[in-house]
Amino acid sequence: MEDAENPRPFLTAAAAGLTGCRACGTANPGGARACACCGSPLEPAGPASLQRVWAWLAAGMIAYVPANLYPMLRTTTFGRSSENTLIGGIAELFSHGSYGVALIVFFASIVIPVAKFLAIAYLAISVRQPAALGSHSRLVLYEVVEFIGRWSMIDVFVVAILTALVQLDFAAAVAPGAAAVSFALSVAFTMLAAQSFDPRLIWNAESENLNDHA
Amino acid sequence: MDSDQLIACPTCDVLNRDQEVKAHTVARCARCGTVLAAPKSGAMTRIAMLSLTALILLAAAAGFPFLELKAQGLSHQASVLDAVLAFSRGPMAPLSLATGLLIVLLPAARFCALIYTLAPMALGWHPAPHAATAYRWAERLKPWAMAEIFIIGVAVALVKVSGLARVGLGPAFWAFAALLIVTILTDNSICRLTVWKTLKTRGRS
Repeated sequence: MEDAENPRPFLTAAAAGLTGCRACGTANPGGARACACCGSPLEPAGPASLQRVWAWLAAGMIAYVPANLYPMLRTTTFGRSSENTLIGGIAELFSHGSYGVALIVFFASIVIPVAKFLAIAYLAISVRQPAALGSHSRLVLYEVVEFIGRWSMIDVFVVAILTALVQLDFAAAVAPGAAAVSFALSVAFTMLAAQSFDPRLIWNAESENLNDHA
Repeated sequence: MDSDQLIACPTCDVLNRDQEVKAHTVARCARCGTVLAAPKSGAMTRIAMLSLTALILLAAAAGFPFLELKAQGLSHQASVLDAVLAFSRGPMAPLSLATGLLIVLLPAARFCALIYTLAPMALGWHPAPHAATAYRWAERLKPWAMAEIFIIGVAVALVKVSGLARVGLGPAFWAFAALLIVTILTDNSICRLTVWKTLKTRGRS
């Protein structure tokens, strides 16, 4: 909040009539379509970015529902077949006494995906209206979401490895369940939602708020 | 002031003056603190060599035996390719393709692009043709190259299986474990904006 009391005049590329490149930092002339240095497509920070965020986020949340309802793994031991959902797999690990791994899987497949949905939605809402968190905190939140998002893919890889490894004919066999596909899609869509978010919007809202107060 | 002497912060869009930054010091954006330049002596050489190491490890991981499961007189070997093909039966086949891309093909493509961009500059030559395009793709592929996540998944799977069977670890497992470390070292050595600046200045002269 000390920023609000003593706002230092920062000049952004957009305010100076230039378009900054998010890949290489080159200040291109305003209205340029592609960066002169690296060739990346240029887009001013605006509502188009937010629309993409909401679309990918909705897709990610929808895909997360069947990921929880359908089985992730189908295990056959001596002719008896059992199916495990995400939660069921964690409960089984916990009952075997592997608390550490159960905790890792619980975080990777339940806590992190849900926290990611909430964090991305919060970031997208907060650029439109005054936010409780300051710009710096929201930037940290954005960086954490971007960094952590891909690690949720661990679950899909675990299913792939178990399926490849546990093939002992009659004694034990593992097959993937439908949830693996929807979980992988949910992770990919959420990663795309985070990538679509333009962090420059965090600061745009701040400078607009300052103008309102002045 | 000429816009050539300015850096628009990629995170918050504030214009910073592009100053000469000494080796092993870090220049940050005045508003948000994003690293704008972090030149290190020999960084280009280090990244190119680490990428080459990663490529060799990746090839080893794909080729050598990966894991072996032994229980009650039965045994079953699985390679990395088997893990990729785990979803190939039935309607889940596209997920096999995605897994192959995420754990082998995209990491390999990214390391190739890094070598193509940085090796000529490490040797003091001009950048290769289309080096900018190659580096842009290396950066775009970064979040989707998940070889290091795969090995953590292997660790989780091994704990799940260890209760009911013995698991033998093949050379490919250790290659993947080494790849995890090499990938982290590579990522820590890369300063994106410094690479772009070097590409720009070397390309002109």
